[in-house]
Amino acid sequence: MAENTIAGPAPATTEPEPTRQTPTYQPRFDIVETDGELTLFGDLPGVQQGDLDIRYENEQLVVLATVRPRNEGLEVLRQEYGIGDFRRVFRIGESIDAEAINAEVHNGVLTIHLPKTEAAKPRRIEVKAV
Amino acid sequence: MPFQFNWPQEFNRLQEEMDRVFGRRNDGPTTRSRVFPAVNMMEDHDNLYIESEIPGMELDQFELLVNEDNQLTLQGDRKKPADDGGTWHRDERTFGRFSRMISLPMPVDGDACSADYTAGVLRITLPKKPEAKPRRITVSAS
Repeated sequence: MAENTIAGPAPATTEPEPTRQTPTYQPRFDIVETDGELTLFGDLPGVQQGDLDIRYENEQLVVLATVRPRNEGLEVLRQEYGIGDFRRVFRIGESIDAEAINAEVHNGVLTIHLPKTEAAKPRRIEVKAV
Repeated sequence: MPFQFNWPQEFNRLQEEMDRVFGRRNDGPTTRSRVFPAVNMMEDHDNLYIESEIPGMELDQFELLVNEDNQLTLQGDRKKPADDGGTWHRDERTFGRFSRMISLPMPVDGDACSADYTAGVLRITLPKKPEAKPRRITVSAS
Protein backbone atom coordinates (compact mmCIF):
# COMPACT_ATOMS: atom_id res chain seq x y z
CA MET A 1 0.00 0.00 0.00
CA ALA A 2 1.58 3.24 -1.09
CA GLU A 3 1.44 6.13 1.26
CA ASN A 4 0.11 9.29 -0.17
CA THR A 5 2.96 11.69 0.43
CA ILE A 6 2.61 13.95 -2.58
CA ALA A 7 1.13 17.19 -1.39
CA GLY A 8 -0.31 19.84 -3.60
CA PRO A 9 1.46 23.15 -4.04
CA ALA A 10 1.70 25.08 -0.81
CA PRO A 11 -0.90 27.84 -0.66
CA ALA A 12 0.44 31.34 -1.04
CA THR A 13 1.09 32.74 2.40
CA THR A 14 -1.00 35.76 3.14
CA GLU A 15 0.88 36.56 6.34
CA PRO A 16 4.41 37.86 6.33
CA GLU A 17 6.82 35.24 7.53
CA PRO A 18 9.06 35.95 10.47
CA THR A 19 12.79 35.94 9.92
CA ARG A 20 13.68 35.45 13.57
CA GLN A 21 13.44 32.08 15.23
CA THR A 22 11.28 33.42 18.04
CA PRO A 23 7.80 32.16 18.72
CA THR A 24 5.01 34.72 18.61
CA TYR A 25 2.20 34.62 21.13
CA GLN A 26 -1.23 36.19 21.15
CA PRO A 27 -1.51 38.36 24.23
CA ARG A 28 -4.72 38.33 26.23
CA PHE A 29 -6.83 41.47 25.97
CA ASP A 30 -9.82 43.05 27.64
CA ILE A 31 -11.77 45.57 25.59
CA VAL A 32 -14.11 48.08 27.17
CA GLU A 33 -16.22 50.55 25.26
CA THR A 34 -17.58 53.74 26.76
CA ASP A 35 -19.40 56.59 25.03
CA GLY A 36 -16.15 58.41 24.40
CA GLU A 37 -13.62 55.71 23.57
CA LEU A 38 -12.61 52.12 23.19
CA THR A 39 -10.06 51.03 25.76
CA LEU A 40 -7.91 47.95 25.31
CA PHE A 41 -6.01 46.36 28.20
CA GLY A 42 -3.44 43.76 27.23
CA ASP A 43 -1.20 41.51 29.28
CA LEU A 44 2.24 41.77 27.74
CA PRO A 45 4.66 40.53 30.38
CA GLY A 46 8.29 41.38 29.76
CA VAL A 47 7.44 44.24 27.42
CA GLN A 48 8.86 47.70 28.02
CA GLN A 49 7.95 50.95 26.34
CA GLY A 50 10.61 50.72 23.64
CA ASP A 51 9.62 47.19 22.60
CA LEU A 52 6.18 48.18 21.34
CA ASP A 53 5.01 48.89 17.82
CA ILE A 54 1.35 49.87 17.66
CA ARG A 55 -0.20 50.87 14.35
CA TYR A 56 -3.67 51.85 13.30
CA GLU A 57 -4.45 51.79 9.60
CA ASN A 58 -7.38 50.64 7.45
CA GLU A 59 -9.50 50.19 10.57
CA GLN A 60 -6.99 47.67 11.88
CA LEU A 61 -5.09 48.03 15.08
CA VAL A 62 -1.86 46.04 15.03
CA VAL A 63 -0.08 45.47 18.32
CA LEU A 64 3.41 44.09 18.02
CA ALA A 65 5.87 43.72 20.87
CA THR A 66 9.34 42.29 20.72
CA VAL A 67 10.40 40.50 23.86
CA ARG A 68 14.07 40.27 24.52
CA PRO A 69 15.23 36.78 25.40
CA ARG A 70 15.89 36.31 29.07
CA ASN A 71 17.36 33.49 31.12
CA GLU A 72 19.94 32.67 28.49
CA GLY A 73 22.65 30.39 29.80
CA LEU A 74 20.47 28.93 32.55
CA GLU A 75 19.48 25.30 32.82
CA VAL A 76 15.70 25.00 32.44
CA LEU A 77 14.11 22.68 35.00
CA ARG A 78 10.47 23.39 34.31
CA GLN A 79 8.77 25.39 31.62
CA GLU A 80 5.09 26.22 31.81
CA TYR A 81 5.17 29.11 29.37
CA GLY A 82 7.30 30.10 26.45
CA ILE A 83 8.98 33.43 25.96
CA GLY A 84 8.53 35.14 22.63
CA ASP A 85 7.13 38.13 20.83
CA PHE A 86 3.53 39.23 21.05
CA ARG A 87 1.29 40.07 18.13
CA ARG A 88 -2.39 40.71 17.84
CA VAL A 89 -4.55 42.45 15.27
CA PHE A 90 -7.96 43.94 15.97
CA ARG A 91 -10.46 45.20 13.45
CA ILE A 92 -11.97 48.35 14.87
CA GLY A 93 -15.46 48.93 13.53
CA GLU A 94 -16.09 52.22 15.27
CA SER A 95 -14.94 55.53 13.82
CA ILE A 96 -11.76 56.29 15.66
CA ASP A 97 -9.92 59.58 15.84
CA ALA A 98 -6.58 58.19 14.68
CA GLU A 99 -4.66 61.31 15.72
CA ALA A 100 -5.79 61.00 19.32
CA ILE A 101 -4.88 57.34 19.91
CA ASN A 102 -2.56 56.97 22.85
CA ALA A 103 -1.10 54.08 24.79
CA GLU A 104 0.87 53.41 27.92
CA VAL A 105 2.51 50.35 29.41
CA HIS A 106 2.97 49.75 33.12
CA ASN A 107 4.21 46.58 34.78
CA GLY A 108 3.52 44.54 31.67
CA VAL A 109 -0.02 45.82 31.12
CA LEU A 110 -0.58 47.75 27.92
CA THR A 111 -3.46 50.22 27.85
CA ILE A 112 -4.54 51.63 24.48
CA HIS A 113 -7.07 54.44 24.32
CA LEU A 114 -8.95 54.77 21.04
CA PRO A 115 -11.07 57.91 21.25
CA LYS A 116 -14.12 57.94 19.01
CA THR A 117 -14.64 60.68 16.46
CA GLU A 118 -17.23 63.29 17.36
CA ALA A 119 -19.61 61.88 14.75
CA ALA A 120 -19.44 58.39 16.28
CA LYS A 121 -20.23 59.47 19.82
CA PRO A 122 -23.76 58.75 20.86
CA ARG A 123 -25.93 61.80 21.35
CA ARG A 124 -28.61 62.09 23.85
CA ILE A 125 -31.79 63.38 22.27
CA GLU A 126 -33.88 65.68 24.30
CA VAL A 127 -37.54 64.89 24.34
CA LYS A 128 -39.63 67.98 24.61
CA ALA A 129 -42.93 68.05 26.32
CA VAL A 130 -45.66 69.45 24.12
CA MET B 1 -9.65 0.21 2.54
CA PRO B 2 -6.60 2.29 3.52
CA PHE B 3 -6.69 3.96 6.86
CA GLN B 4 -7.63 7.56 6.33
CA PHE B 5 -6.62 9.99 8.99
CA ASN B 6 -7.60 13.56 8.43
CA TRP B 7 -4.94 15.38 10.42
CA PRO B 8 -6.36 18.90 10.55
CA GLN B 9 -9.81 17.63 11.40
CA GLU B 10 -8.51 15.22 14.01
CA PHE B 11 -6.40 17.91 15.63
CA ASN B 12 -9.35 20.28 15.79
CA ARG B 13 -11.47 17.57 17.30
CA LEU B 14 -8.78 16.78 19.85
CA GLN B 15 -8.36 20.46 20.66
CA GLU B 16 -12.09 20.84 21.22
CA GLU B 17 -12.12 17.79 23.41
CA MET B 18 -9.26 19.17 25.52
CA ASP B 19 -10.98 22.54 25.74
CA ARG B 20 -14.13 20.87 26.95
CA VAL B 21 -12.33 18.75 29.52
CA PHE B 22 -10.13 21.54 30.84
CA GLY B 23 -12.79 24.19 30.58
CA ARG B 24 -11.08 26.68 28.39
CA ARG B 25 -13.30 29.36 26.98
CA ASN B 26 -13.65 29.33 23.23
CA ASP B 27 -13.29 33.06 22.74
CA GLY B 28 -9.81 33.47 24.16
CA PRO B 29 -6.51 33.17 22.41
CA THR B 30 -5.30 29.63 22.31
CA THR B 31 -1.61 29.98 22.86
CA ARG B 32 -1.06 30.39 26.57
CA SER B 33 -1.42 28.07 29.48
CA ARG B 34 -4.48 28.49 31.69
CA VAL B 35 -2.67 27.74 34.94
CA PHE B 36 -2.32 31.03 36.73
CA PRO B 37 0.30 32.03 37.34
CA ALA B 38 2.41 29.91 35.01
CA VAL B 39 5.88 29.29 36.37
CA ASN B 40 9.25 28.59 34.81
CA MET B 41 12.10 27.17 36.85
CA MET B 42 15.76 27.54 35.99
CA GLU B 43 19.07 26.98 37.72
CA ASP B 44 22.72 27.78 37.48
CA HIS B 45 25.57 26.66 39.69
CA ASP B 46 24.64 28.79 42.70
CA ASN B 47 20.96 29.65 42.43
CA LEU B 48 17.55 28.35 41.60
CA TYR B 49 15.32 30.81 39.74
CA ILE B 50 11.55 30.86 39.63
CA GLU B 51 10.06 33.15 37.03
CA SER B 52 6.42 33.96 36.55
CA GLU B 53 4.49 36.28 34.27
CA ILE B 54 2.01 38.19 36.42
CA PRO B 55 1.47 41.59 34.83
CA GLY B 56 -0.28 44.52 36.48
CA MET B 57 0.91 43.94 40.06
CA GLU B 58 3.10 45.90 42.40
CA LEU B 59 5.96 44.11 44.14
CA ASP B 60 4.42 44.62 47.59
CA GLN B 61 1.23 42.84 46.47
CA PHE B 62 3.09 39.55 46.28
CA GLU B 63 3.44 37.16 49.18
CA LEU B 64 6.34 34.79 48.84
CA LEU B 65 6.95 32.13 51.43
CA VAL B 66 9.59 29.44 51.64
CA ASN B 67 9.04 26.76 54.25
CA GLU B 68 11.23 24.17 55.95
CA ASP B 69 9.95 21.47 53.61
CA ASN B 70 11.53 23.28 50.71
CA GLN B 71 8.31 24.51 49.19
CA LEU B 72 7.79 27.93 47.74
CA THR B 73 4.37 29.53 47.99
CA LEU B 74 3.64 32.30 45.55
CA GLN B 75 0.46 34.19 46.24
CA GLY B 76 -1.14 37.55 45.71
CA ASP B 77 -4.20 39.36 44.56
CA ARG B 78 -4.43 40.62 41.03
CA LYS B 79 -6.90 43.46 41.11
CA LYS B 80 -9.26 44.08 38.24
CA PRO B 81 -9.11 47.68 37.02
CA ALA B 82 -12.02 49.85 38.10
CA ASP B 83 -15.08 49.29 35.97
CA ASP B 84 -16.57 52.64 35.03
CA GLY B 85 -19.63 51.22 33.43
CA GLY B 86 -18.56 50.61 29.85
CA THR B 87 -19.49 47.65 27.68
CA TRP B 88 -17.02 44.77 27.88
CA HIS B 89 -16.38 43.42 24.41
CA ARG B 90 -13.64 41.08 25.48
CA ASP B 91 -12.74 39.68 28.84
CA GLU B 92 -9.72 37.40 28.54
CA ARG B 93 -7.45 38.41 31.38
CA THR B 94 -7.40 36.62 34.71
CA PHE B 95 -7.92 38.45 38.01
CA GLY B 96 -8.41 37.66 41.64
CA ARG B 97 -6.48 35.91 44.37
CA PHE B 98 -4.01 33.29 43.30
CA SER B 99 -1.80 30.91 45.19
CA ARG B 100 0.60 28.29 43.97
CA MET B 101 2.86 26.02 45.95
CA ILE B 102 5.93 24.75 44.18
CA SER B 103 8.16 21.98 45.47
CA LEU B 104 11.75 22.96 44.99
CA PRO B 105 14.06 20.31 43.57
CA MET B 106 16.91 21.07 46.00
CA PRO B 107 17.44 22.64 49.43
CA VAL B 108 17.63 26.44 49.30
CA ASP B 109 18.60 29.09 51.80
CA GLY B 110 15.19 30.57 52.63
CA ASP B 111 16.63 33.63 54.39
CA ALA B 112 18.71 34.72 51.43
CA CYS B 113 15.96 34.59 48.78
CA SER B 114 15.22 37.72 46.80
CA ALA B 115 12.61 38.76 44.26
CA ASP B 116 12.55 41.25 41.44
CA TYR B 117 9.54 42.47 39.46
CA THR B 118 10.14 44.07 36.08
CA ALA B 119 7.59 44.71 33.33
CA GLY B 120 5.14 42.24 34.80
CA VAL B 121 7.66 39.44 35.21
CA LEU B 122 8.39 38.22 38.72
CA ARG B 123 11.73 36.57 39.22
CA ILE B 124 12.66 34.92 42.49
CA THR B 125 16.28 34.03 43.18
CA LEU B 126 16.77 31.21 45.67
CA PRO B 127 20.40 30.51 46.61
CA LYS B 128 21.15 26.81 46.82
CA LYS B 129 22.41 25.42 50.08
CA PRO B 130 26.08 24.44 49.85
CA GLU B 131 25.24 20.74 49.96
CA ALA B 132 22.97 21.12 46.91
CA LYS B 133 25.64 22.62 44.68
CA PRO B 134 27.24 20.29 42.22
CA ARG B 135 30.81 19.32 43.02
CA ARG B 136 33.34 18.69 40.37
CA ILE B 137 35.14 15.42 40.95
CA THR B 138 38.68 15.27 39.79
CA VAL B 139 39.53 12.09 37.98
CA SER B 140 43.12 11.17 38.47
CA ALA B 141 44.93 8.68 36.34
CA SER B 142 46.52 5.92 38.35
